[in-house]
Amino acid sequence: MTSDPLVIAGRTFRSRLVVGTGKYPSNAVMADAHRASGTDMVTVAVRRVNLHDKSKESLIDYIDREQIFILPNTAGCYTAEDAIRTARLAREVGLSNWVKLEVIGDERTLFPDNVALLEATRVLANEGFVVLPYTSDDPVICLKLEDAGAAAVMPLGAPIGSGLGIQNPNNIRIIKDQSRVPVIVDAGVGTASDAAIAMELGVDGVLMNTAIALAEDPVVMASAMKLAVEAGRLAYRAGRIPKRPHASASSPMDGRIAAAAAGGRAGA
Amino acid sequence: MTIRLNGEPYEIAGPVTISALLAALNIDPRIVAVEHNIVVVKRQQYDATVVREGDEIEIVRFVGGG
Repeated sequence: MTSDPLVIAGRTFRSRLVVGTGKYPSNAVMADAHRASGTDMVTVAVRRVNLHDKSKESLIDYIDREQIFILPNTAGCYTAEDAIRTARLAREVGLSNWVKLEVIGDERTLFPDNVALLEATRVLANEGFVVLPYTSDDPVICLKLEDAGAAAVMPLGAPIGSGLGIQNPNNIRIIKDQSRVPVIVDAGVGTASDAAIAMELGVDGVLMNTAIALAEDPVVMASAMKLAVEAGRLAYRAGRIPKRPHASASSPMDGRIAAAAAGGRAGA
Repeated sequence: MTIRLNGEPYEIAGPVTISALLAALNIDPRIVAVEHNIVVVKRQQYDATVVREGDEIEIVRFVGGG
């Protein structure tokens, strides 16, 4: 699919599937799942070093950095200030100035606090970060985030980890139609058809973690998601048929051996 | 002297550079980022930045996440 790459902030990605690194049964399974997914961008979180843990194993050891770009997130931040601090720390680890910006507004739903998110986006974009904000499926906030300097917008499909799929496809379509930056559906995907549906709406990519990591077989699900994102993208580019309320026969009416129905009311 | 390290009190013998602190903690400086009193410390400044009594240090690294 390299003739149809995903481009964000001038950087080209072969895959339109972005995958998380959390909640896998093991780092080894995670690495296998990433490979199966074909992804070339994964998200990571930023957390305090455990000073009492002498284990030398680092998550980064299990990410193939030749193939995969690392996107730090600001998961767990409930204020703009915390998200901004976290983003600055993430940048200082030295891999890039990219950040998946999350400012959470509610513990149960993990829905974003869009007011704080907008403020943090503005601050970080002005500091030269490439900001990819996780946000609501609300076209108004997506436009504001874009105007504030976001390099892409990432509306949720459904709550993080819920597996509910694309809850408001109409909003997602509206967001894609109005956006000048790439649109990546982030959060809520449960299974392959959800990812395909998102791509059929025309969005530029899909980001998921739980759907793969907590599947019974993460590596097989990662393959499914790779195919689903590709299939959805191809279907979108192919231009689907319209939906119609009644039938439209696929086989010709001429030359049938069967007699026409009495009264000539056979459907056309 | 006491500093605050990753949210908890921590005893050090005297003022120490970030580099020395990381070494004492057996932490590889290449895979972490450090905040000194809410300000991110640039990697090139680890040798030059001194941690003193009452300072707050945060040492973070990348972990799994979505």
